[in-house]
Amino acid sequence: MSIAKTFLGLLETGPCHGYDLKRTYDERFGQDRPLAYGQVYATLSRLLKHGFVEVEGIEPGEGPERKRYAITDAGVADVGRWLSQAEKPDLYLQSTLYTKVVLALLTDRPAAEVLDTQRAEHLRLMRELTRRKLDGDLADQLICDHALFHLEADLRWLELTAARLEALRMEITA
Amino acid sequence: MSSVAGTQQSAGAGRGSGAAQAANLQTTVLEATDLHKAFGPTAALAGASLSVDAGEVVAVMGSSGSGKSTLLHCLAGIVQPDSGRVVYQGQLLSGMPDAERSALRRGDFGFIFQFGQLVPELSCVENVALPLRLGGSKRRDAEKQAMVWLDRLEVAEVAGKTPGRISGGQGQRVAVARALVTGPRVVFADEPTGALDSLNGERVMQLLVQAARDTDAAVVLVTHEARVAAYSDREVVVRDGRTRDLGDSA
Ligand SMILES: Nc1ncnc2c1ncn2[C@@H]1O[C@H](COP(=O)(O)OP(=O)(O)OP(=O)(O)O)[C@@H](O)[C@H]1O
Ligand SMILES: [Mg+2]
Repeated sequence: MSIAKTFLGLLETGPCHGYDLKRTYDERFGQDRPLAYGQVYATLSRLLKHGFVEVEGIEPGEGPERKRYAITDAGVADVGRWLSQAEKPDLYLQSTLYTKVVLALLTDRPAAEVLDTQRAEHLRLMRELTRRKLDGDLADQLICDHALFHLEADLRWLELTAARLEALRMEITA
Repeated sequence: MSSVAGTQQSAGAGRGSGAAQAANLQTTVLEATDLHKAFGPTAALAGASLSVDAGEVVAVMGSSGSGKSTLLHCLAGIVQPDSGRVVYQGQLLSGMPDAERSALRRGDFGFIFQFGQLVPELSCVENVALPLRLGGSKRRDAEKQAMVWLDRLEVAEVAGKTPGRISGGQGQRVAVARALVTGPRVVFADEPTGALDSLNGERVMQLLVQAARDTDAAVVLVTHEARVAAYSDREVVVRDGRTRDLGDSA
C-alpha cells in the first residue's frame, strides 16, 4: 500500500507534523505494523521534492519533527487521481481499499464511487478469467477458479462495505 | 498470482463474444427506458433502464429487494410498469394486446427461475416439449426436439422421469432445455443457479451461455453471485429501483 498517498490524504484534512502523521497513520491503517520514523521522514521528503507537500512552519528547536507539513494543490490532485483509479485486482488488496475508502470519506470525496470503480475492475477480470476457463483444459480451469474465488471474496467485501458506508462515515468523522 | 495480474491490460475485451459481436453488428433486441413500478407504498422500480443487444449476456446484480426481479418481469412483459417503456424489436410491449404478448412470451422469450418451474405431473421430456406443443407443434415433433435439448444439456437420462424424481441440478438443466427449445431471442433467467452447489451452478451456466451463443439468443441474467455474473458480457447494478451500468468501465 502506498504510504505516500495515504499521507497526502491525511494531510488534505489539515496540516500537521510528521509525528502526528505517523500516529494517525498507525492508528487508522497501521494494524500491527507501526511506521518507522525513518520511513515517515523519507516519505515526506519525497513528497516535498515532488511538490505535493510544503513546509508550512518551522518551530524553534532541533530535529526534523519541528516542521509542519501542508498539502499543495498538486498534492490534492494526486490524491484525487489515486482514489478515482481502480487498483489492480490482486490478493491482499484489502488494506489498500480500506485506506482509500476511509480517505475518501475523510476528504469528502464520493467513497461509493471508489468502491464502484473497483467493483467494475474486479468483475472485468472475473469475466476474463471465466472466458479463459471456458476455453481451457482442467488445469487452466483450476487455476482460474482459485483466482475467481479470491476475487469473489473481495467483491463481497466491496458490497458489504458499500452497504455500510454511512455507518463508517459517522464513525470516523465522529 | 502473476498470471492473473498479467491479464490486467487487455481491456476492451470486456464485451460480447456472441455472433452479433463477431460480425460487429449490434442490434438492440430489447430496450427498457425509465421504468417505474410501485407495489402499494413500495417503489420497486424508480427509473430503471436497460438495453439488451442480440446475442448478448447481461448480468443484473444488486442487493435483495433492489428491484431485480421486478425489472426482469417488466422486461418480459409479465408485469406492466406504471410508467416508462419496454420495446422489443421495435414493438412497444405495453401497447400490445394480451394475446399477442402471451404469444411473444411463448415463442420469443425463454424463462428460467430458481426452482419450481417444471410441471410436476409431466415427465421431463414432456416439460421441455410443452412450449412447442403450446405453439402448435405435433407431439412427436415436439418431443423429438425436446430430446435433442435434453441431450445437449447432458440430462437425456431423466427424460422419462417426473421432476419430483430428479435432483435440483438436473431440474435446472431441464429448465434450461425448456427455455431454449423454442429458439427464443431472449432468455430471462432469475437466479438460475441459486439453489445449486458451485460445481453444478458452474456447469448450468456454461451450458446456458454456450447454448445461448450457439443460437444467438440474448440472456438477461439476474444473480447476486459474482462468479455467475462473470459469465456475462456486461453487468448492470440495480440500487433502490434504479439501474447503474458499470459494464463499460474498461
Ligand atoms: N408482487 C409484489 N407485491 C408487493 N411488493 C412486491 C411485489 N414484488 C416485489 N415487491 C417489492 O418490491 C421490491 C423489489 O422486489 P424485487 O423482487 O424486484 O427485488 P429483488 O431485487 O429481485 O430481490 P431478491 O434479490 O431478494 O430476489 C421489494 O421491496 C419487494 O418487497
Ligand atoms: Mg428477485
